[in-house]
Amino acid sequence: MKSAAFWGVLAAIFAGGLVLTTVVENEYYYNAFYLILQATLMAVAWNILGGFTGYVNFGSAAFFAMGAYTTVALNKALALPLPLLILAGGAVGGLVGFGLGYLTLRLKGVYFAIATLAMAIVIETFIANWPYVGGARGSYMLTPEKHLWFDSYIQMLFMVMLLLTLTAVVISRVLNSSRLGRGLAAIRDDEVAAESAGVPTLRLKLVSTTVMGAMMGVAGAPFPYFVTFVDPVSAFNLFIAVNAIAMPMIGGTGHWIGPVIGALLVGTTQEIVKVTVSSELNVLIVGVMLVVFITLAPQGIVGLVQKHWKRKQ
Amino acid sequence: MSARVLEVSGLTKRFGGFVALNNVDVHVAPGERLGLIGPNGSGKTTLINCVSGALFNDEGSIRFDGQDITRMLPHKRARLGVARSFQIPKPFKSMTVLENLRVPLEYAAWSRAEHRHINDEAMALLESIGLKHCAHQNSAGLTQVDMRKLELARALAAKPRLLVSDEAMAGLSSAEVDEILEILLALNARGVAVIMIEHIMRAVMRFSQRVVVLDAGEKIAEGTPDEIVKNPDVERAYLGE
Amino acid sequence: MISADLFSNAIVAGILLGGFYAAVAIGLAIVFGQLDIVNIAHPAFIIVGAYIAYILNSRFGLDPILIGLLAAPVFFFVGALIYRVYFLAFERTGQESLSGLAFFFGVMFIIEVVLILIYGFDYRLVQADYIGQSWRIGFVDFPLRMLVPFAVAAALTAAIYLFMSRTFMGRAIQAVAQDRLALQLMGADPVRIKQWAFGLGIATTAIAGALLIIIGPVEPSVGRLYIGRAFAIVVLGGMGSIKGMFIAALILGVVESMVSTFAGPSWSPAVAFGFLGLTLALRPAGLFGRR
Repeated sequence: MKSAAFWGVLAAIFAGGLVLTTVVENEYYYNAFYLILQATLMAVAWNILGGFTGYVNFGSAAFFAMGAYTTVALNKALALPLPLLILAGGAVGGLVGFGLGYLTLRLKGVYFAIATLAMAIVIETFIANWPYVGGARGSYMLTPEKHLWFDSYIQMLFMVMLLLTLTAVVISRVLNSSRLGRGLAAIRDDEVAAESAGVPTLRLKLVSTTVMGAMMGVAGAPFPYFVTFVDPVSAFNLFIAVNAIAMPMIGGTGHWIGPVIGALLVGTTQEIVKVTVSSELNVLIVGVMLVVFITLAPQGIVGLVQKHWKRKQ
Repeated sequence: MSARVLEVSGLTKRFGGFVALNNVDVHVAPGERLGLIGPNGSGKTTLINCVSGALFNDEGSIRFDGQDITRMLPHKRARLGVARSFQIPKPFKSMTVLENLRVPLEYAAWSRAEHRHINDEAMALLESIGLKHCAHQNSAGLTQVDMRKLELARALAAKPRLLVSDEAMAGLSSAEVDEILEILLALNARGVAVIMIEHIMRAVMRFSQRVVVLDAGEKIAEGTPDEIVKNPDVERAYLGE
Repeated sequence: MISADLFSNAIVAGILLGGFYAAVAIGLAIVFGQLDIVNIAHPAFIIVGAYIAYILNSRFGLDPILIGLLAAPVFFFVGALIYRVYFLAFERTGQESLSGLAFFFGVMFIIEVVLILIYGFDYRLVQADYIGQSWRIGFVDFPLRMLVPFAVAAALTAAIYLFMSRTFMGRAIQAVAQDRLALQLMGADPVRIKQWAFGLGIATTAIAGALLIIIGPVEPSVGRLYIGRAFAIVVLGGMGSIKGMFIAALILGVVESMVSTFAGPSWSPAVAFGFLGLTLALRPAGLFGRR
């Protein structure tokens, strides 16, 4: 996608969001869009470590939850405005990401994946035992009064998440076509060959885990205001982790647009099923879609499109 | 102050109880062409892995251009100018041939490369090695000989002072062997020292100024190609008693 | 002051627990240890086995272990089928690593969600005569709900060990792990053999599930706690070794029991991951590893 077209589309989407807030009043839509955008942000973040660098993270929910719980903790101590909370959530997520990268330096493949699962369980256990943020019983968050010029708080949250997601997409695209991104791709394709081609694999892996962690922390930071009740079960939900993996894999992991496509496809399907069939069944959807797509189209939708173009040539 | 580009002293490497390399000394002068031969399992690839940093030796030291690199990570050695090709080619399979070369140019050779014209440099390299025709082809679908050439091209793209070619000619036809040989000789003419590990004797004889022979982890002979050919220890190592 | 009473009970409980852990890990020892297939859904199948034991036990009053043995052949076929899909989609095209992992992750997730949809979050348990009872030797307790699974697990391990070393199929499975080409040259079909092996691995989960629900109540997300344990045991034991796996399982059981008794039960899941980490860092070949 050419740069001008890319920025044009992003600006159009952002403008479209603003227009939407003036036209549509029904809060359901903003709830639904918020969740889809949150999933997109998580998918884009996951793909930086998973798709670009080739390291599979099964514990995405932990980073997300750290962002959410940073908000809960800070909100109790000081009354901070949302932008600062988002920065704090990102910082904490990034720190956890850095820690993960540092501790798992030598692990590869499945062992790394299991380590991420372990880390998620350990972090969840600590949070569940921390009374200050509500422990296992959870914590209530009051919806703030101020929502700028928007009609309601959820409209503002929607625009905030839209902005955050678009930013993440920009970062992802820049990474994809940068020297750093090529280094990550080399690590993904053959780590030993990358190292002997001069790629500082340990350092780049740390960058990758930190950026992913920061993005996921940012995704989680507004969550407490969205749900108003936060507890370990909802924040550390496996559903979030599965979505974060399934969406990029369904969309296509090699390209920055893959997770976006996957998130839009899966997220929209989930919302439709939630409303038309049942809300429990919608959780099953992502698992089935993941297995079906992975089996039939391992390169994702982007892969299918690329194959189609090649056949035409 | 060492005039040698590579100085390996007393190198010992063990895998559990198995001694892969025992007190091996190897040195390479700047711009020299060294052949490294020996029967299968004699430790050639292990030696190369220690030099490139893929493995860390247990005892001994490795000096590159006078600098001690014994405990240095592989990517740092690559940046200093140590390059190696892999016996079984390891292309970056999601990338085209051209993109494969960008990685060493942008990393190992970053201080020595023209930052704004990486693609041009890569193309020039591909042309010199005879791979220009598949520059935009995915690197996973290459022929055997092109795969080997890409392996070498990637090592060249790192702009090394020392290149180790690990059995780049194995399984190739006579004409293809000559192609690879020309590439290595041209590279050496530009001042790059080359260590060639090969089983194809005519290539080793034609290429090397000096030959080192390993057997069962020990250096058993060293000298000019003619001297090595006449050495009874070498004959015994290859043919047995 | 640690009393001898507490100490010996913790050790015994650990050994019994360890035996059960062997039943959990043995299927993975075959599938992951020998065939390098990363079936992260292995514990999810164990939970299915537990639920099947629960259903038939509460409906017909059958003994859970009997149910496990009866269900095993069915699980075998399901396992073979899943391997077919896995082979056609991933192994044949060389995509194993990322896609295969995600495939089993998806399967694990589907299993958990379906169980939640059908049975909810409630804990389920089975009834059997021996579950409430306990033998006592001196001051050491041997609760039957742990002792019986230990015995079954030991028998299962022995059976599989003999199978692997004495029968043609068993040795073919070990061969395909070590040298596919030689096996093909000998006229055996590696794909069929791997299918057999995978089916066997899943079949063990039917029995392990029955044992699990004998030991304690089960709900859908319990499986996730066993992912770390199962992989830790297989890696610690040395990837291909059944003997090593059993010993590693006992070690893990004892250490977990000690940690649980003296530091608190919430720490025990961390033990497995700690073991895995240490093994990978210090001795990746495990205790009896072939690599």
